[in-house]
Amino acid sequence: MAQEAQSTGSGLRVGLFVTCLVDMFRPQVGFAAIKLLEDAGCEVSVPLDQPCCGQPAYNSGDLKGSAAVAEGIIRAFEGFDYVVAPSGSCAGMIHEHYPVLFADDPVLGPKAIELAGKTRELMSFLVDVLGVSSVEASYDGVITYHDSCSGLRELKVKEQPRQLLNSVDGLHIRELPGAEVCCGFGGTFCVKYPDISNKMVGDKTEEILATGADTLLAGDMGCLMNMAGKLHREGHGIQVRHVAEVLADMGDEPAIAEAPAQTGGHD
Amino acid sequence: MDPTSRAFKENAKEALKNENLQSALSQMKVGFIERRKAAAADIPEFEALRDQARDLKNHTLANLDHYLEIYEKNATEAGAIVHWARDAAEAREIILKICQDEDAKLVTKGKSMIAEEIALNEALEGAGIRALETDLGEYIVQLRQEPPSHIIAPAVHVLREEVEDAFREEHQHLDPDRPLTEPSNLLNEAREVLRTQYGQAQVGITGANFLIAESGSSVIVTNEGNGDLTQTMAKTHVVVASIEKVIPTLEDASSILRVLARSATGQEFSAYTTFSTGPKRSNDPDGPEKYHVVILDNGRSKLLGSEFQDALRCIRCGACMNHCPVYHAVGGHSYGWVYPGPIGSVLTPTFLGVDEAGHLPNASTACGRCEEVCPMRIPLPKMMRHYRVQEFEAGLAPPAVRAGLDVWGFFAKKPMLYRAASRIGSFVLRSMAGGKGRLASAPLASGWTTYRDLPAPTGSTFQDQWSARNGRRKPSANKQSAGIDA
Repeated sequence: MAQEAQSTGSGLRVGLFVTCLVDMFRPQVGFAAIKLLEDAGCEVSVPLDQPCCGQPAYNSGDLKGSAAVAEGIIRAFEGFDYVVAPSGSCAGMIHEHYPVLFADDPVLGPKAIELAGKTRELMSFLVDVLGVSSVEASYDGVITYHDSCSGLRELKVKEQPRQLLNSVDGLHIRELPGAEVCCGFGGTFCVKYPDISNKMVGDKTEEILATGADTLLAGDMGCLMNMAGKLHREGHGIQVRHVAEVLADMGDEPAIAEAPAQTGGHD
Repeated sequence: MDPTSRAFKENAKEALKNENLQSALSQMKVGFIERRKAAAADIPEFEALRDQARDLKNHTLANLDHYLEIYEKNATEAGAIVHWARDAAEAREIILKICQDEDAKLVTKGKSMIAEEIALNEALEGAGIRALETDLGEYIVQLRQEPPSHIIAPAVHVLREEVEDAFREEHQHLDPDRPLTEPSNLLNEAREVLRTQYGQAQVGITGANFLIAESGSSVIVTNEGNGDLTQTMAKTHVVVASIEKVIPTLEDASSILRVLARSATGQEFSAYTTFSTGPKRSNDPDGPEKYHVVILDNGRSKLLGSEFQDALRCIRCGACMNHCPVYHAVGGHSYGWVYPGPIGSVLTPTFLGVDEAGHLPNASTACGRCEEVCPMRIPLPKMMRHYRVQEFEAGLAPPAVRAGLDVWGFFAKKPMLYRAASRIGSFVLRSMAGGKGRLASAPLASGWTTYRDLPAPTGSTFQDQWSARNGRRKPSANKQSAGIDA
């Protein structure tokens, strides 16, 4: 596959972990990720039998339930050079927590460690592993960037997306003062403690608006849906997108929570 | 104090509606963070100091019995009377007996979280002994008859105007025209009142930031000087401290002190760092005639060797709550007991049980900012997760959560079923959105849609689109299925 890749030739076999939210809510992020990976010369496959990473159960204290789901990920992603996810949260779950989750399992334990070692968040993979320093894309606008917590603190994703965004034609970055403060999503937190989550995302949207940027970018769909959902509820027109879309030159599609263009309702 | 951690959700709801509180919280969250950042950036070795502090505390905890015995021996040799208290009740009894033996009517108090933990003021007042808080923040919350809401800034939830109100009500001598508009006015007013009391008190009670094994000293770290007056002006000084406060040497104390104030208030060093070793000696010009140290366990020894041992490294700097977005949203009182914020979300279930305090470790987005700034590198999110596991395994997780996880698990364990469920979910949500791109409400999603719109799926699932294209990024024949490619 990937005949059109402009092989700078790393030739790495990469398994794309699509993640639940991208799969269901914003499939184009998956296609954007594949474009970026293929442009960098990777051979990308998407295992069809990939489930969720198991984070909802893990963070709710259900270790058995989490491990039962995570086992599916370990099996689905055997045999790749790298596993890449367009999410710091899901990649962080595999990278940081699978070895702990399977620590007492003599069979899956070593496999979990192996998978953890080759799992990367998309931005970090492009820049830190592949050495990509620029992309061919254009985006006419002022963007601001939210650093999602897991990517930032578990996987040290901070400069990588900014470095790539700086190479996008026409794009200007205006930093968000509280970029490293949680947006209040927190997985199940946002529905278990909706009042607190609302306060957090409300403070966040206030700061986003104060930047005067016309677009908000981040690398995790959970945070993006939370912030986009709040901005729309408040009636603000600021566009919200996954960073991979802009880097893959797919920034002209309707933003998150915006009405689809004329087509729509296909399938 | 009676815990209200069980009512965390209701407490939080009230706190979010409390305008004065919200105003105070929005002020505090900027100051602490900026100051800590600057103080940490000021010394290149700050991160290395954190490692050093963590390691020396780990070493101490691994040999805690040893260092406590050395401490007791050296403190006793210096003239201290050391008492051991297994729990809060024992600690209260010991301190009450000391006060009664001194025929105390008035006890001055320096700031102590252990005194809060054992509900000492209530016990003293119950025995007819007046307990007077001398730390400005503690004095304010005592006037307002409420507990502290922060471990180093007890009155951080109170606006200056509210302090003025409390002072005017309590200090009847005050000229109504005297201005109390500046924080320094308030400090001076409290100081004038409190200065008349130190010498009147029969007993002064303080906490301790450290107990130093090699010298038998107790150490307090303050900014107002009230702690020093409390412990030197009364004839009897009682130190109340918990077992994990012991550290081996004076050198170790100076190592930890270098990260303590920087992490807490962003100061290089607190204004006063006072070492007390035994009572007044015959040639000392002043100081207490008797010096007691009450060392409290209260469940801490059970944490040794457990997955929660690292929490015993805590030096009570407050950095975790200063940086916690949940604390910033709801304030310290919402947590319902003595210790708020991330460290409180670990300590409260430890002391009160998961049944009472199960909300606290759940009410976190696991954003990790607390661990990022903790000078002792305590893995707070990991510990909160441990408590979620305990709660789940004890069957205490809310039924709705368990049911949701069961349904999710049923599908998520079977990838093809999961794909089908995502496909149906995507279709239903797209149909409901009716071309608007988002939903204002959705079944089973009121927790989300009460406050925000739910973005609708933009097309069929990625997996379905990918399969339809036979695993190719660009559709092979036409662009019909798109809105996907650029």
